Amino acid sequence: MDESDQEQPTDDMSGLLVSVGLNRDVEAFEVLFRHYAPRVKAYMARLSRDGTAAEELMQETMMVVWNKAAQFEPSRGTVSTWIYTIARNVRVDVYRRTKRPEFDLNDPAFVQDDAAPADKAFEAFQEAERLRRAMAALPAEQLDLLKRSFYEDSSHSAIAEALSIPLGTVKSRIRLAFAKLRAALEER
Amino acid sequence: MSINHHISDELLLRYASGELAEGWSLAVATHLALCPSCRQRLSKMETIGGALLENISTGAASDDAWARMRRRMDKADVRVSQPMEDHRQAGRAEPILPEPLRSYLGGDIDSLKWRSLGMGAYQIPIRLADTSTIARLLRIPAGKPVPEHGHAGQELTLVLAGSFRDGSDVFARGDLEEADASLTHQPLASEGEDCICLAVTDAPLKFKSWLVRLIQPVLGI
Repeated sequence: MDESDQEQPTDDMSGLLVSVGLNRDVEAFEVLFRHYAPRVKAYMARLSRDGTAAEELMQETMMVVWNKAAQFEPSRGTVSTWIYTIARNVRVDVYRRTKRPEFDLNDPAFVQDDAAPADKAFEAFQEAERLRRAMAALPAEQLDLLKRSFYEDSSHSAIAEALSIPLGTVKSRIRLAFAKLRAALEER
Repeated sequence: MSINHHISDELLLRYASGELAEGWSLAVATHLALCPSCRQRLSKMETIGGALLENISTGAASDDAWARMRRRMDKADVRVSQPMEDHRQAGRAEPILPEPLRSYLGGDIDSLKWRSLGMGAYQIPIRLADTSTIARLLRIPAGKPVPEHGHAGQELTLVLAGSFRDGSDVFARGDLEEADASLTHQPLASEGEDCICLAVTDAPLKFKSWLVRLIQPVLGI
């Protein structure tokens, strides 16, 4: 883990990204870039194992972040979640050569959530903090499986084969890890 | 509307992590449009994905990478997106088919050209760029069984109108049924209203014989 920018709290990132959206703030974007670009590149590298492709996909992702910053809503979640979803979509577009099918919040057939939006921005920040702690407390083999299911293009049965452990064990470890993280997210 | 049959954790995780093929993703995303509770589960998974990204071990960003980014930003500064606007219009009838499915079919239910499957059932094949799965919209007459469509792998069925019964389970609008090869099932459309559903299956095995390949499309699904 990169120690130098550990102190950068997530809500500062949120403020920076909002400023990029409102003011095309290049300085704020540079801070975001220096923090997230290596992470996005590492995420891409885990999938492609090709440094040039990973660099290219990272540049593409960060370009979308720059162009779509105005669409970021702090009330919907953290910057890392938002950038993760963009990186994932760039990857799907490139590797599957298709647009990822997604629901449309503005579609008249879309069923809205009744839950009243409270102070979601603060909540999202707190959630991220709880999640970080819960993740640090996960047993290594559970965290490893979680990473594999997010970063590698493989099903649970392919993961089981690669690690030579029973499919049932893969599924139950992932289920356990999820249950813990979900519990952390649902704490109030 | 209350949905009783939701997306399983494994399927939703594969959608959240971007691994799910286009056809399955189409069914999952269309269910999500109708199901706030699965959207909350998805958003938790994406939050976990974000936290993993935050914790990934890496070196520092190179000045060279930033310089390249700056050049791209200067070149591309024209196509800046605006905040999302709300395009919903009050007073207009809600479409039966939610996005992203509606765009895949090119319109809502009353603009579709159905093809007969026999026995009063109809289908519309859905064009996918990724051909590892096959997706189609099915219309099953009220009270009739879903035509047998021998599939060897997985099948996802999302109900959009009417309902069907499978054993003791009833599937209505928004409900998603996940079936695999081990499950023998014979869904039956409920009385009263035709059942319209999105069905996604693994692409059929390719037969070696050119003759079988030739007649396979004629045999239908």
